[in-house]
Amino acid sequence: MSLDAFRDRILARAPLRVRGGGSKDFYGGPLTGDVLEVGDYRGIVSYEPSELVMTARAGTPLAELEAALAVCGQWMAFEPPGFGGAATLGGAVASGLSGPGRASCGALRDFVLGVKIMDGEGRVLTFGGQVMKNVAGFDVSRLLAGSLGTLGLILEVSFKVLPIPVAQASLRFQLPQDRALDLMNRWAGRPLPVTATSWEDQVLTVRLAGAEAAVRSACGTLGGERLPEAAAHWAGLKEQSHAFFAGEAPLWRLSVPSTTASLTLLERTLIEWGGAQRWLRGDWEPVQLRELAQRAGGHATRFRGGDRAAGVFAPLPAPLADIHRRLKSAFDPHGIFNPGRLLPGL
Amino acid sequence: MVSLTGHSPDRDPDFSDGAKASLLRELSGILAPEALITDPELLRPYECDGLSAYRRLPLAVALPEDEAQVVAILVACHRAGVPIVPRGAGTGLSAGSMPHPQGLLLSLTKLNRILHLDPVARLAVVQTGARNLAISELAAPHGLYYAPDPSSQIACTIGGNVAENSGGVHCLKYGLTMQNVLRVRMVTIEGDIVEIGSHALDAPGYDLLPLVVGSEGLLGVVTEVTVRLTPKPQAAQVIMASFDEVRKAGEAVAAVIAAGIIPAGLEMMDQGAAAAVEPFVHAGYDLKAAAILLCESDGTPEEVAEEVDRMRAVLERSGATDLRVSRNEAERLRFWAGRKAAFPSAGRISPDYYCMDGTIPKKGLGEMLTAIAAMETKYGLRCINVFHAGDGNLHPLILYDANVAGELERTEAFGAEILRLSVALGGTITGEHGVGFEKINSMCEQFSTDELKVFHAVKGAFDPPGLLNPVKAIPSLHRCAEMGRMHVHRGELKFPELERL
Repeated sequence: MSLDAFRDRILARAPLRVRGGGSKDFYGGPLTGDVLEVGDYRGIVSYEPSELVMTARAGTPLAELEAALAVCGQWMAFEPPGFGGAATLGGAVASGLSGPGRASCGALRDFVLGVKIMDGEGRVLTFGGQVMKNVAGFDVSRLLAGSLGTLGLILEVSFKVLPIPVAQASLRFQLPQDRALDLMNRWAGRPLPVTATSWEDQVLTVRLAGAEAAVRSACGTLGGERLPEAAAHWAGLKEQSHAFFAGEAPLWRLSVPSTTASLTLLERTLIEWGGAQRWLRGDWEPVQLRELAQRAGGHATRFRGGDRAAGVFAPLPAPLADIHRRLKSAFDPHGIFNPGRLLPGL
Repeated sequence: MVSLTGHSPDRDPDFSDGAKASLLRELSGILAPEALITDPELLRPYECDGLSAYRRLPLAVALPEDEAQVVAILVACHRAGVPIVPRGAGTGLSAGSMPHPQGLLLSLTKLNRILHLDPVARLAVVQTGARNLAISELAAPHGLYYAPDPSSQIACTIGGNVAENSGGVHCLKYGLTMQNVLRVRMVTIEGDIVEIGSHALDAPGYDLLPLVVGSEGLLGVVTEVTVRLTPKPQAAQVIMASFDEVRKAGEAVAAVIAAGIIPAGLEMMDQGAAAAVEPFVHAGYDLKAAAILLCESDGTPEEVAEEVDRMRAVLERSGATDLRVSRNEAERLRFWAGRKAAFPSAGRISPDYYCMDGTIPKKGLGEMLTAIAAMETKYGLRCINVFHAGDGNLHPLILYDANVAGELERTEAFGAEILRLSVALGGTITGEHGVGFEKINSMCEQFSTDELKVFHAVKGAFDPPGLLNPVKAIPSLHRCAEMGRMHVHRGELKFPELERL
């Protein structure tokens, strides 16, 4: 598709369902509108390893970006999930999903430096840029991260990349949930090169990454047992191919403060992000889970499966909902981009 | 009640019919007498922020002491149609809190408490007027600190940091304010309290945190902020490397990054800057060098030793003529002292100086420096250069004397030319100081009409009547057209729909 073809579709003013690789069709509110395929709008526009910046078109598969970066010893430290390999850069930014390293290196949105979009009037707009520090104008490019394509058609993204850590090691500990949560938080408060954590079925797994000497000394400090197939473990969490995610039961995501005590209501849970991301399976009553998450200071999302029409994300308080509606109409006055995918009526 | 036409992208707003007298009566019912200033002599200290070239007296200054008073003030101003300019410690460098002559200056320094510090969750909940450094001081016994360290950190407030998305010398590795804030609580112009972000790592809906951080007080009045605390590195060492050509120093910066190293700090000073600071701080700078790089490593002692070896090898390969590694903490601080004293030193060797803040891709560093040298001749003014080299953020300091007729105007033209080149090189007019009032015209160079319209629409989504910090950060379309110069932006004539005056 060319820019002109995108513009023609937008100016027709019929609801559009923007689609990159389709790997996250399961995510967010019900799918409505005619499909607008962006997957053909692809390719790396520029990549300067010494600037730590890559710019690519939205339809470029993540796998292609990862391969190009690996040649220069760099990577997307926000570890966006590929969910089967078809995921594109535009979809990664639109969904805003970050991988296992979220708690230590930051979210996908922290790595977004600039975007080119087509808005609801078919205008091509550029926000942000290719530099690390840029405070000219509102930071619209990061607003698009996690907007589920509801604000505009993402055409191009510039993002920060980082060197692949020199050394990595993963350690395992047999621990009950409360003890694991306590250690995750305490270790994160010490100058240790912990870059990811997970707990499931009485096993705490910790990923260390950084300079050779730092990883070696942290292994000595923390103890535990070295995990041989570590990369597969973290990939299994990122891609949700880990056994916990198998089967058809609805998958819920609770985003809570990392120090939230073990949620006893939840018999089977998988914890990531140093305690801040908790997964559970089953047909939960949304109201019950949302209250539980809210009491802890967080929120619950019906991540995959179940009745999407019943609401995927936690509802917003009224003043925030008003701001959301006005923002949506600022970018997409005719309401054509992915209607209802992020919030009902938006 | 004053009728409000609402925020418009087209023209700078006119607030002359705001109900000022009735507002002042209402405010005197909200605030203690000493917390509402209207006497022109007492307004004087608030006439400018850290950029003293731009001064105005506000209608009045309000000094609320809690959030409830902030809400009441905003509701009253909204009703009266009177604009509000929020202000923290007034250390900003872009006239972002320069008062509006028909508006209320809202000083938030009394909301300065650190409400809660949780060393296990590694966060602190602080009121907007709390000082940046005070957070780190309180966190220090727990081995934690608040990472962003703008050079004004001893005085600047967290609310001001949020408004400007402030950086510092360590943001290449530790991020800007944006990456270190979890949650912001703010009051809208309608008097609603909204919480943006949370103590979890995300929140439902649009991610509004990046919009609010760096919004220069245009979207709401921040009353409370939750910041993320970072474990204090056990050790740090800095390498000071000399180069006989600025170009080689620029290439060394790229080589360090290309070698897979993210230094905790990577700063450059040219010969003029080193010469300016050395007499005051005696840092031991190599005054023969065309440029000096400071390249810092932090982490565990083992990590630092390993990284310093790698950095040293890269810098030597890049042609460093002299290389010194700090042997102890005192020496490390001395090497940094000069860099941190660059601005005050400029103030000592020149009656006035004007600090620029463009950011460019690092590969353009050589071209920028060559161009600045040519501009020194063109404008007949000296410029000394300090850079956050690792992230391409430049702080050229143009030296001038405001008492010499024409020098300020030549300085502004010099600065505008640097910003134009920053944009042309693929960069931005401001990396960390903000647009404020100072660079509002330069925004017309960086953004198209359609992009500016989106910024205005975002502003309108949060502040429909357009009363919060008007005529800052985002220029009206008319202002851009009136600048008179027919800028060609990305090959298109700008503002074709507007008449040229």
